[in-house]
Amino acid sequence: MAHPAILQPDPAVMSRRDEILKQLKKRVPDTVFITDEEGRRTFETDALTAYRCMPLAVALPGSTEAVSAIMAYCWENDIKVVARGAGTSLSGGALPSEDSIVVCISRMNRMLKIDEDNRVAQVESGITNLAISQAVAPRGFFYAPDPSSQLACTLAGNIAMNSGGAHCLKYGVTVNNILGLKLVLVNGEVIELGGDYLDQPGYDLMGLMVGSEGQLAIVTEATVRIIKMPEIARPMLLGFPSSEAAGACVAAIIGAGIVPVAIEFMDKPAIHVCENFANAGYPLDVEAILIVEVEGSEEEVALLLERIAEIAEDHELQHKRISQSAEESAAIWKGRKSAFGAIGQLSDYFCMDGVIPLSRLPEALLRVAELCRAYGFDVANIFHAGDGNLHPLILYNANEEDELARAEACGAEILKVCVELGGCLTGEHGVGIEKRDLMPFQYTEADLVQMMRVKSVFDPDWQLNPAKVFPLSARELL
Amino acid sequence: MQPRFHAPETVEDLADLLLGYAQEGLPVEVRGLGSKLGYGRPVQTAAVVSTEKFDEITLYEPSELVLSAGSGTPLAKIEKLLDENGQQLAFEPFDLPPVLGGKPGEGSIGGVFATGLSGSRRVLSGAARDHILGVKAVNGRGEAFKAGGRVMKNVTGYDLSKLLTGSCGTLSVLTEITMKVLPKPEQSSTLLFFDVPEAAAIELLCKAMGSPFEVSGAAHLQPGLAAGLSDKPLRERAESVTALRVEGFEGAVRYRAAKLKQKFAAFSDLTELSGDRSRRFWSDIRQVRPLQSAGRPLWRISTAPSRAADLVAALRHTIDLKALYDWSGGQIWLETGATSDANAVELRRILADFGGYATLVRAEPGIRASADVFQPLEMRLMEITRALKASFDPAGILNPGRMYSGV
Repeated sequence: MAHPAILQPDPAVMSRRDEILKQLKKRVPDTVFITDEEGRRTFETDALTAYRCMPLAVALPGSTEAVSAIMAYCWENDIKVVARGAGTSLSGGALPSEDSIVVCISRMNRMLKIDEDNRVAQVESGITNLAISQAVAPRGFFYAPDPSSQLACTLAGNIAMNSGGAHCLKYGVTVNNILGLKLVLVNGEVIELGGDYLDQPGYDLMGLMVGSEGQLAIVTEATVRIIKMPEIARPMLLGFPSSEAAGACVAAIIGAGIVPVAIEFMDKPAIHVCENFANAGYPLDVEAILIVEVEGSEEEVALLLERIAEIAEDHELQHKRISQSAEESAAIWKGRKSAFGAIGQLSDYFCMDGVIPLSRLPEALLRVAELCRAYGFDVANIFHAGDGNLHPLILYNANEEDELARAEACGAEILKVCVELGGCLTGEHGVGIEKRDLMPFQYTEADLVQMMRVKSVFDPDWQLNPAKVFPLSARELL
Repeated sequence: MQPRFHAPETVEDLADLLLGYAQEGLPVEVRGLGSKLGYGRPVQTAAVVSTEKFDEITLYEPSELVLSAGSGTPLAKIEKLLDENGQQLAFEPFDLPPVLGGKPGEGSIGGVFATGLSGSRRVLSGAARDHILGVKAVNGRGEAFKAGGRVMKNVTGYDLSKLLTGSCGTLSVLTEITMKVLPKPEQSSTLLFFDVPEAAAIELLCKAMGSPFEVSGAAHLQPGLAAGLSDKPLRERAESVTALRVEGFEGAVRYRAAKLKQKFAAFSDLTELSGDRSRRFWSDIRQVRPLQSAGRPLWRISTAPSRAADLVAALRHTIDLKALYDWSGGQIWLETGATSDANAVELRRILADFGGYATLVRAEPGIRASADVFQPLEMRLMEITRALKASFDPAGILNPGRMYSGV
């Protein structure tokens, strides 16, 4: 797979750059604009660093009104807009185009209201994921979706990609935890959906907005569900002699009527790197581990861990360790959550995000291994096992000519396998630019056309986050 | 004149049929098994298209928590199969048919998702739309398409499955639905507090929901409503009833119920239902059994729990009503006196000060034709709604007017 093409910049916009920036600054005075080359460089890529493109300018608005004014100006002047949170997208979701204004929402990071009675919090969308949980923690609450990048990533980005995390097996992903949104439409109009009550009248526009990758509107505020912390949450480490045994154990746990808060899987290469990095106490003599977390009262936690351990005994269990303290639990999770960073210190990597039906896990792992071997890459597997969301990390060397292109090609083959096994291209990272051209493997023309028609309802000229999600040629089908 | 009735057997036949009607610009009524025809604005069309022939469970993998079924599959058939495997639909689909004069448990899975109404467990486990993983459907252009898939997590493209959930057949005809299923709790236990005044009762429910004890049902019945329950001893209680449910493994349920009793020890008039008695109580709530008087309009209001009691008090000044609160007070079922518009204008005027929305769930067809059954949308949202309708169904042939005039 060659690098996905980026649209040719609009010459009419490029030639008017100075005038556009002058007008924008005049119309939206309370916004910080970054126009110099040095400053813009920060925004030319996101966490998918293989792709870079310098935007026309970057706007850092401080209010919904400012976002609205920027959007209205861009609408009147046919200028494309790329919404950005913290730029942690792994799919190139925040990659700008040369002729676009990046609207970076990160300055809008205030907690507006915590409402314990109704168990909701109202926030500006540029707040980081972790900051929400931290703000409500003194009252014993937390915000459930917890992507690995939660320290940095914004809620706005989570909403755009419908982010998940390790604990979504029990608590759901972003869309299941949002009650209200304030949005700026492409022409600058502001609308509100839902609120501090459940569900909404009419069509489920909130369900549509979450996961729409910044292509339908820009979210400036949200009302999120907050949840009371459990009395006790406790992880257990289980080690197995093979990935197959670990996979079968996951299916057996769920089959037994137990849905833990999280079931995370790591294979041997991932275990070794993470253990080296975080000293989490992972066993090094096993082929795969599961981190299984359960919660509830002391008695309930003990009972569930015992039942799960019994099930694991039937699946060639090699190693078992139940966390004995808050510190030990934190260390176990630190190893898992720092996995991407730890691997990044050793090698360049390309992180996949395919999903498969759990029953096809052994086959999927086998085929991932075969593909990586055929392409000559090492692979480390980390994934949310409870919901079949695989994150194979393809390790490559960016300094070697062609290696990135081959790693991408290998990744594309892996995602095709996921689709072939009944799964999908992306479970929580989004399509972005990275998987745009793979969409026809999962969807027929008719499927894509219906999605694109919906896009056109909100963004008739396709000005929002251009060249993402749909193959460039697909728009001709409309 | 009787409308022409179609029950296509294949997706291709359905697509051809809809294409034909679209070309002629002739509207069709979309239905599953017809158990919820009294919901929404009445639709008058020359033809009816039923999904009743799409009635097979096409995939069930208990250990993957996933089930796919044709949209015309009876809900009862799905719930029976799940039950045999110790699983359930965790959003506890609201049992609409008995509210509209039908029998409990009637209807198709397509109807469950097309109306998108969730039961008491919604406060803990999410709504119908939170459990839909994927759909296959035919739009008003006669094009078969799919959205989503069969895996638990999927952000590949826009989530059209959620958009179709609750759209009452106005965007597309669902042909197959894939949903998340979950283990059925081993034990169910319900604490009932009697004679707690309304505002204090809602506060109790909110406190319980804000506890770590995983309350999976939080309801309040005004005085007199217990008479409409199926449990005989409870029927004799004239006072208000405030209910909290906990579910899960036996030991955990015992523990949580005890903790809740301790937490609310100030409310001393209480009783505990467990096992089947607890399940029967919530099955009554699932069909608002105490509010099934034919002839009286029934409203469903969604608002913030903390404002619910004040809202009902404000409504009571001018509207003759009985209220059953669910979802910790966030969902209010309101049976009102019959007036020419089922109190629609007055109710929404007062609701506007509190926030939320109201749906007229039961009323005479004449009233449903003239009053706003679904909450009127703000102008810009209505424009978006119309444009979305046109993107799926440009000729406007699918259930036209069922939700909103011109949609």
